[in-house]
Amino acid sequence: MQAEIKRASPAGVLVVTAVLALLSMLAFMTLGARGSWAFILSFRGAKLAGMVLVAYAIAVSTILFQTISGNRILTPSIIGFDAMYALLQTVMIFFLGAAGATAVDPRLQFVIETAAMAGFSVLLFRALFSGGTRSLHLLMLVGIILGGLFRSLSSFLQRILDPNEFVVLQDRLFASFNTVNADLLGISAIAVAAVTFVLWRLFPTFDVLSLGRESAIGLGVDHHRTVTILLVLIAVLVSVSTALVGPVTFFGLLVASLAWQITPTASHRFVLPIAVCLAIVTLVGGQVILERLFAFNTALSIVIEFVGGLVFIFLLVRGSAR
Amino acid sequence: MIEIRDVTKSYGSNAVVDRVSMTLPAGGLTSIIGPNGAGKSTLLSIVSRLMPMDGGQVLVDGLDVSRTAGDVLARRLSIMRQDNHITARLSVRDLVTFGRYPYSKGRLTAIDVEHIDRSIAYVGLKAFEHRFLDELSGGQRQRAFIAMVLCQDTDYMLFDEPLNNLDMKHAVETMKLLRRLADDFAKTVVVVLHDINFASAYSDRIVAMRDGKLAFEGAPKDMIEPSRLQAIFDVDCRVHAVGETRLVNYFE
Repeated sequence: MQAEIKRASPAGVLVVTAVLALLSMLAFMTLGARGSWAFILSFRGAKLAGMVLVAYAIAVSTILFQTISGNRILTPSIIGFDAMYALLQTVMIFFLGAAGATAVDPRLQFVIETAAMAGFSVLLFRALFSGGTRSLHLLMLVGIILGGLFRSLSSFLQRILDPNEFVVLQDRLFASFNTVNADLLGISAIAVAAVTFVLWRLFPTFDVLSLGRESAIGLGVDHHRTVTILLVLIAVLVSVSTALVGPVTFFGLLVASLAWQITPTASHRFVLPIAVCLAIVTLVGGQVILERLFAFNTALSIVIEFVGGLVFIFLLVRGSAR
Repeated sequence: MIEIRDVTKSYGSNAVVDRVSMTLPAGGLTSIIGPNGAGKSTLLSIVSRLMPMDGGQVLVDGLDVSRTAGDVLARRLSIMRQDNHITARLSVRDLVTFGRYPYSKGRLTAIDVEHIDRSIAYVGLKAFEHRFLDELSGGQRQRAFIAMVLCQDTDYMLFDEPLNNLDMKHAVETMKLLRRLADDFAKTVVVVLHDINFASAYSDRIVAMRDGKLAFEGAPKDMIEPSRLQAIFDVDCRVHAVGETRLVNYFE
């Protein structure tokens, strides 16, 4: 009996999380609705679509990043993917001015930023991966240091920025699940769909990649090529989530750790969808609770970052204790 | 047949594998011996294309390992490495199932399942197939990884120090298992070994390396000989014939 509890069926866990995710989406759309349904559904629908896209992008990018790095603590944002996004925004406002930056079509901006981030990650990868075998760790370290550099550069530019323009910038960089950037919903959805299509084709390799570089090569996976493609896809997903709601550092870690914990198998066939469902429950469900229970008195990102930060510290402490 | 031609690998100016050429014939069990740092594991990694070489060529049945597609090679040649650290929490059966990846690409057929069952039974882990790897003893873990290689069902199977950290019983069991792969399944088994007596008792051929170069190669009865061992390991030793096997006493 005990063994059965310990090894619950992965499909069962998936069904439970999926039902929870659907319930939170339903609650978000219907709870406290007063007035015209047409207005409520389209208004809330856009917000919901944004949050689901963000949940999907962050969950998938974090899980895949942890798979290729063979590490359960690192996430794309911890090695500075979103610091790069913040720097791009800052540089744009700095050189174009608030008026200039606002005048550029946000969709064009999004495409340029995504391309820059994907290019950056591939460049970093190519430069570091041509060497020995342990260089994924080098990539992480360089990523962390570059993240620090990007943050310092951003804050330097922000300091010499005109205060009015700084307000515009701050508005863009502050994570807010309440004001999803609706202009970018369409193009984000297209980007996510494209990424998903490629991921679908690579799907069988994920489990093999989690065995580590040598075993993956031994089993016939073109490790270098597959990891390069995955890094590009991760860069696109991080761009999507950052463009829609701004940088969130610990959300991915929180969701991914939970998913690895509660999934009774390490197979990506289950871990990935469970992580996505958990992310939707956390984001959408959390937003419902905040809106209905606390009447918008606090920001969801603060709560998530607080809990996620605690999980990060817990994982670090437990890891070092082992 | 594995043909190794002028293979070189260096770190800076230090050549760890220095223009090694040799031919490993198909069939039988070949041991690679030599002192620490002789380049045995590096050579094995190069042959199994886990590590790029700086010069030379390796052909497996005529296929150039640095040019052939990964999945084609994965159906010809498999390798079990020394450190098998895996982050994911896998059961024995999960691990062995990975051995079928070069054939199934994740979609298991009835034949794949048959291979998996047979491999697990062959290494004697049937009772443990749903245990997680971190719940097994060192010897059982080692056998699980051997089952994965077995399941990959390649003509050439390379093992990098498979006896590391195993006690007498498990080391003998593992070595007998490798011997049976060569005898029962007509596989070509190449093993990097540290214990000279295991190499003597179980090999058809012994290849000795020293300072990145091929030192000697031959049958155990020619290789296990005081002057050769002295030249390979710098250790004085006596050789005793016990039945068919020549045993080395290097303790005195």
